[in-house]
Amino acid sequence: MNALEIKNRDELFTPEIRAEIDHEIAKYPEGESQSASMAALRIIQDVNGGSLTQERMDEVAAYLDLPPIAIYEVATFYSMYEHKPVGRNKLCVCTNISCMINNSDQIVEHLNNKLGIKFGEVTEDGRYSLKEVECLGACGGAPMMQVGQKYYENLTPEKLDSILDELE
Amino acid sequence: MANEVIFKNLDLDRLWDIEQYRSRGGYEVLTKILKEKTPPGEIIDGMKTSGLRGRGGAGFPTGLKWSFINREAPTDKYLVCNSDEGEPGTFKDRDILRYNPHALVEGMLIASYVINAHRAYNYIRGEFWEPYQRFQNAIDQARAAGFVGNNILGSGFDCELNVHLGGGAYVCGEETALLESIEGKKGQPRYKPPFPAHVGLYGCPTVINNTETLASVPTILRDGAEKFRDLGVENSGGSKLFSISGHVKNPGVFELPMGTPFSELFELAGGMRDGSKIKAVIPGGSSSPVIPGEVMMDLTMDYDTIAKAGSMLGSGAVIVMDDTTCMVKVLDRMGYFYYEESCGQCTPCREGTGWLYRIVHRIENGQGRPEDIDLLMDVQNRIRGKTICALGDAAAMPVAGMLRYYQDEFQYHIDHKRCMVGADA
Repeated sequence: MNALEIKNRDELFTPEIRAEIDHEIAKYPEGESQSASMAALRIIQDVNGGSLTQERMDEVAAYLDLPPIAIYEVATFYSMYEHKPVGRNKLCVCTNISCMINNSDQIVEHLNNKLGIKFGEVTEDGRYSLKEVECLGACGGAPMMQVGQKYYENLTPEKLDSILDELE
Repeated sequence: MANEVIFKNLDLDRLWDIEQYRSRGGYEVLTKILKEKTPPGEIIDGMKTSGLRGRGGAGFPTGLKWSFINREAPTDKYLVCNSDEGEPGTFKDRDILRYNPHALVEGMLIASYVINAHRAYNYIRGEFWEPYQRFQNAIDQARAAGFVGNNILGSGFDCELNVHLGGGAYVCGEETALLESIEGKKGQPRYKPPFPAHVGLYGCPTVINNTETLASVPTILRDGAEKFRDLGVENSGGSKLFSISGHVKNPGVFELPMGTPFSELFELAGGMRDGSKIKAVIPGGSSSPVIPGEVMMDLTMDYDTIAKAGSMLGSGAVIVMDDTTCMVKVLDRMGYFYYEESCGQCTPCREGTGWLYRIVHRIENGQGRPEDIDLLMDVQNRIRGKTICALGDAAAMPVAGMLRYYQDEFQYHIDHKRCMVGADA
């Protein structure tokens, strides 16, 4: 699909999604709807199973009346946008200094062994994927990881096991 | 004298609710300012007297920054709060958003009044979803109470307050990259001048302050600028939130007067874990050069003292490392971070961070070459001062710091193809 062929904004997304994006656009001065590009990409990524495709990015561009390249630039610059399928639970493990010196290596190794995947991979059942992330600003609880909207801190292999069991 | 400003009311249950915040005088200063139409210059003078300096890491005097805005300029003005906390080791702003969000809301509204901004944004890093919800809830409560929106408390002053969530990019903590990001673009820092005070968000005059800076404002103006200033020491007024992590027993965020001995902060954090011995301290986030533990024990936590010791107070993020820590491995990980986070705009940083990382990485992995230490010094020199923003310096400075104190470890790695520290042998 070519973004330029999209004529009617009302044909894009569901009314709920449009309302959500419009709510974001309203945060900015008139004529500055480009500011909502990051939020729009986040919203679309969430309803698209956690990752973006060119088609989805083109739709966001069309909805915000931007050239697709403006959206591609944003979607590829920021690390929270995904361009390959991820698991239902994207395990984002911090390995930066405070976590590293608190044995994040052991956490990563435990996940590698238990799930049979490395960073950037998804389990066969699609339940988990693994991502290495930079400092998430929770160094007092090192080692830590983020899954969805939640931070898990002071991780140990045992604690990881029970967290993994809880994640559907 | 701990917890005098931002953490003052942390004893209250659910301080994040507006009733609790108001029960200890919250929103009184804002109300007074708006009712009495306090001249903005008076507030700026108060901020100058307080000695408050930017708590994000650069330490620029807050009152002076506010004074750069021409409030009568015939364009919109913007106030932006930087909650893009991402400097490795730093985790204080997250606690402000979670536990005292109304202090930040009130501080942002006061700052907006001073610079005559009718729109203010808090840029919160995208990973901070739960803190964001806490802060958004505070905005909603403040709006319901009449503190946000049009004609606030009947004063005729309008101010909208919104959150812009980041998408995962360390460089967006740099203020002009942050502005690009609010405009919905890649976060690449802008060339300066012009400075944001003249050409900022959407090309309009803009003030960007750190979360901790703005959250300090209500208490400073309520309790008195002199009282705040006198908490600290000369050139470092007030108190500061210190995030301490690493091999200490009780890592966490502690609010202490500027000039507090490091040894006191270290004690508050419970000292070393498992009776291990302190080896080194990164005093102000990963960009600040490392200082040996025994040197650190004699220093106080303020801008001048840490600068004199060859490092930076930065964001007040203290990472403590014990004697099992391999400094080559630490620098290897830091090098990867800056390489990963360079925005790619300036050649010295884009290429140089890759060089730094690859060289340290090969030393760490037993592939070091005899010329590598000289090469590291040469490369970091070629980055420093040669880039648009400070990320290049931030990548370079820790390299020089490590080699200043721990060159023997790097040399050992190169000579013996292995580590001289037990844990990594």
